[in-house]
Amino acid sequence: MTEILLEVKDLRTSFFTDEGEVKAVNGVSFFVPAGKTLGIVGESGSGKSITALSILRLIQTPGKIIGGEILFEGQDLLKMNKNEIREIRGNKISMIFQEPMTSLNPVYTIGDQIGEVFRAHKRISKEEAKRRAIKMLQEVGIPSPERRVDQYPHELSGGMRQRVMIAIALACSPKLLIADEPTTALDVTIQAQILELIKDLQRKRDMSVIMISHDLGVIAETCDYVAVMYCGKVVEFSDVKTLFKAPKHPYTIGLLNSLPRHDIDMDELSAIPGSVPNPFEMPKGCAFAPRCPHAKEICHEKMPSLISINEYNQVRCLMHSEEWQSQNKGVPT
Amino acid sequence: MLTFIVRRLLQTVVVLFGVTVLVFSLIHITPGDPAQIIAGEGVPKETVERIREKLGLNEPVHVQYFTYLSNVLQGDLGDSIRSNRPVIEEIKARFWTTVELATYSVILAVFLGLIAGIISAIRKYSWIDVGLMLIALFGVSMPNFWLGLMLIKYFAVEFQIFAPSGWGTLAQNVLPVITLGTGGAAIIARMTRSSMLEVINQDYIRTARAKGLKERVVIFKHALKNALIPVVTVAGLEFGGFLGGAVLTETVFAVNGMGRLMVNAINSRDFPVIQGTVLVMATLFVLVNLLVDISYKYLNKRIDVN
Repeated sequence: MTEILLEVKDLRTSFFTDEGEVKAVNGVSFFVPAGKTLGIVGESGSGKSITALSILRLIQTPGKIIGGEILFEGQDLLKMNKNEIREIRGNKISMIFQEPMTSLNPVYTIGDQIGEVFRAHKRISKEEAKRRAIKMLQEVGIPSPERRVDQYPHELSGGMRQRVMIAIALACSPKLLIADEPTTALDVTIQAQILELIKDLQRKRDMSVIMISHDLGVIAETCDYVAVMYCGKVVEFSDVKTLFKAPKHPYTIGLLNSLPRHDIDMDELSAIPGSVPNPFEMPKGCAFAPRCPHAKEICHEKMPSLISINEYNQVRCLMHSEEWQSQNKGVPT
Repeated sequence: MLTFIVRRLLQTVVVLFGVTVLVFSLIHITPGDPAQIIAGEGVPKETVERIREKLGLNEPVHVQYFTYLSNVLQGDLGDSIRSNRPVIEEIKARFWTTVELATYSVILAVFLGLIAGIISAIRKYSWIDVGLMLIALFGVSMPNFWLGLMLIKYFAVEFQIFAPSGWGTLAQNVLPVITLGTGGAAIIARMTRSSMLEVINQDYIRTARAKGLKERVVIFKHALKNALIPVVTVAGLEFGGFLGGAVLTETVFAVNGMGRLMVNAINSRDFPVIQGTVLVMATLFVLVNLLVDISYKYLNKRIDVN
């Protein structure tokens, strides 16, 4: 059994707005094995980004983490005080975000913004910090790093800015990198480069990665394990091969079916009928039941818990429970 | 940066030329015959003619302008009709008073305003925030001559801590500076708060927190420098305004500054003094704006101020 680096247990994060409570993360559990990549896939609003932000406790009002445990190196991140969690951020666990165009401070140089990560977590001088910043720029593949280090973010392209973000994230050699849709805002060719870079650096540094994306192609390319999220819950957890070959949750199956195929002729694109429920009016029972072709009455009554098929495969669907299987003799595909 | 400064200086010179044209035209666009207005009612025609000759009003307009301009460039702003002293002397006597009053007031305004604005933004919707913004609203709405009078009533007359009038000693300076500065502080506080709130919601602030930086560093290094940009404009405009418009404060506290000089000149139709003070104030304002633009460029390398 591989070592587990991070384990999230029943994480709950809600937003308390004037219109009511939005349970953005509503009981999310998963784990990240050391040195491996976990993908979190789901639609906008499924709670993937909020989950990631919750790990580093970057949730701002009106959001609040209201329950669960996040175990990292034997400690619960949710129980740490402000100083302890700051020691983790940018140092043991780092995060890169979706929008490289706005994620860097426009009034400070690249070198300054990379250097300050070093200086926040290690006792080094300004000159040493700049030297290390230049080295990081080199490592992420930015040409002429000695020149770039004194430039401002607006002088760099989107792809280069994302490389700078990666440099910042990896400066203190974290054990875990959380990448929240790192390539969504970039051109397709640059996307490939950035994903390659992340994979390369992961191998070199023996790091774990959480790759968040709504793009199944990215997930297939980069991940070892996948958690599929829907309405604030993990509905399927699997190794990547099994997910694509033998998906179990009807939502996952629907997602995969809706991918346009290049190898066969298609008259229509298949789509999952219906739409994501209003967060203020979540259905009773399984959140996906209103859209599920296999839903039975009990699905609308009871929210299923995660059923373990084996160590690395879990699914939140009553079809995979023993009662269902015995009643219905097997699982429809 | 240097080319930028040189370019802005040249632009400033052009603007100042425009100012001289406008100031020069003051006499000519005012309804009525300038010589008559200066001479007053019931004055013999010869006197009016003499005044007209003396002021060169019989020459063609463009000749008058060039005469005026060459005089200005040599430091000759004409003579006051009321006192017969050179305008430049009248202004010199009061110039530093007004500049001091404006400077101290804007320093107070920026100091109080920044602190209040930052605290309000960090503690959004708390009692401190609500309280500070209420005080700021009061400060913005309240006429400053009323504040001046109230301050005199309590602190100068009843408790006798400060002087009720004049300028020069510490006791005399405190009340006028508070009067002028607090209104300015209120505006800066509100501006700082809204600017900080906008900046705090930006992605790069989230990045700064994700790096594990202390919250103090996130606010004062990352957020503040960005938030200051609109605040600098407001502070600059306020300073320019204080230089030219501290009239009410100067009047209430009998401070012998340029504002009072200009108002008295307007009341007595003392055109040379009016022109002179407007020219000086406009020049100061333009120069203050130049300084604001240069500090913009320093604060945000991205802005193309052109």
